[in-house]
Amino acid sequence: MADQAALENDQPLLVAEALSKSYGRIAACRDVSFSLYPGEVLAIVGESGSGKSTLLQMLSGQLAPSGGHVSYRMREGITRDLTTLGEAERRFLFRTDWGFVHQDPAQGLRMAVSAGANVGERLMAVGWNHYGRIRETASDWLGRVEIDTARIDDAPRTYSGGMRQRLQIARNLVTEPRLVFMDEPTGGLDVSVQARLLDLVRSLVAELHLAVIIVTHDLAVARLLSHRVMVMKGGRVIETGLTDQVLDDPREPYTQLLVSSILPP
Amino acid sequence: MNAPAYNFAYLDEQTKRMIRRAILKAIAIPGYQVPFASREMPMPYGWGTGGVQVTAAILGPSDVLKVIDQGSDDTTNAISIRKFFAKTAGVATTTATDEATVIQTRHRIPETSLHANQVLVYQVPIPEPLRFLEPRETETRRMHALAEYGLMHVKLYEDIARFGHIATAYAYPVKVNARYVMDPSPTPKFDNPKMDNCPALQLFGAGREKRIYAIPPYTQVVSLDFEDHPFEPYRFNAPCALCAAENSYLDEIVTDDKGGRMFVCSDTDYCEGRQAAGHHGSLSAAPYKEKAQEKSNG
Repeated sequence: MADQAALENDQPLLVAEALSKSYGRIAACRDVSFSLYPGEVLAIVGESGSGKSTLLQMLSGQLAPSGGHVSYRMREGITRDLTTLGEAERRFLFRTDWGFVHQDPAQGLRMAVSAGANVGERLMAVGWNHYGRIRETASDWLGRVEIDTARIDDAPRTYSGGMRQRLQIARNLVTEPRLVFMDEPTGGLDVSVQARLLDLVRSLVAELHLAVIIVTHDLAVARLLSHRVMVMKGGRVIETGLTDQVLDDPREPYTQLLVSSILPP
Repeated sequence: MNAPAYNFAYLDEQTKRMIRRAILKAIAIPGYQVPFASREMPMPYGWGTGGVQVTAAILGPSDVLKVIDQGSDDTTNAISIRKFFAKTAGVATTTATDEATVIQTRHRIPETSLHANQVLVYQVPIPEPLRFLEPRETETRRMHALAEYGLMHVKLYEDIARFGHIATAYAYPVKVNARYVMDPSPTPKFDNPKMDNCPALQLFGAGREKRIYAIPPYTQVVSLDFEDHPFEPYRFNAPCALCAAENSYLDEIVTDDKGGRMFVCSDTDYCEGRQAAGHHGSLSAAPYKEKAQEKSNG
């Protein structure tokens, strides 16, 4: 049994091969390849316009690549190319085995319906049909992301920015996904709220053995959360490696510039 | 240009063919909203332009038409649509549910159970059950295509979270033939069970939204609910004040400004039929006394 689990962890969860995307003559993303293993946190860092969001959209099957492939190992153990998935399968994957945390919570949440329904939506989408159990699970998840369960019936538009972001995380994790995409999850939050959110994400990732691909321009976020870092510039991956290695001993001049532009505390 | 100035049942034959094709497609895919090229009718949107077009397309010279509005045969909307077809098609009209072959309705299903060879035509304001949950039409169509109906339960969840029970009282979403989720038009949820396995053909026309959908005879129609909060039809807990019916859908009528009210059947034909058969409610004595006096005087 342990061997079986070890074998599972030995196989990559998601593989990107020579991914590229061009808009006419503009190449947004060029020749990106990597493998992501279960439980691994990969940070994609780079400045605005470096192609990190385009890459994330291709990896999550929302954007068709101009070249290359993304393959994903499904729950039943078969690795499949994302482009061969039908729309129904892809959407099913998106609301069960994957999560997507947007920078702007309004994009990932239904702002007009209660927090409980926001968390419960994915459960209802996969056929849960018992109000009591849906509510219990939702309330359990609100507790896990440190939202007062007394506010379960409040709409997220009454929540603060940090609470919205935590709610978005709960909404994504309720179906126990194996892979979560995060697009600048701490953007627009003040530093103390950021710190709390990062702490929460870190503990959830460890607890649930989540694989995470996180796009950020904030090297501190990458340092706190990720095991590996990919640095992008002009649509290319210019440097990749273990987080501490890349951030403490950057090789490329651009990475050196990035690291040195953090203000000393 | 020698198009006739008059055509049977107002619409020209090409238009009727187009609508009939949409109806046939709707019957073939129960609960699916078929787009059609809705015409401008001589009445404002919201007054039943969809229902009128469907009725015009299916009406034949031997049909007997009944039109109800909120269950009543004698409201402005019902009378003007009935007159419209009496004038443009010369068909016989009736208020008796049993005698009608085509019944156009707004917001009610008659209490008298329908039989085969009858067609019930609903006027529909908003055909899309997911509309207020998901504003994008492209997205709701995709959700129907992939049968992604989790969102519909989100609405019911919200009801229970807010009010402790499913508070949706009309336009209560149903699943047709175990496939499409459908808006039964703003009928009270009291009427939902009547749609299930109904011997009559049910057609739905939305003129402004340009959609036609249908429930063929003897089709399964299930109201959505939760296991621990099952669907329950709602009815005021009172007998009809005119015919003492205990099982009909009631309208609440405010009678003065001191809190006085009476409950009467919303289906006027059903109520009148019961009164004629000798049923009396708590407030029905007066009009019958007058009628009795008229008789003795005359």
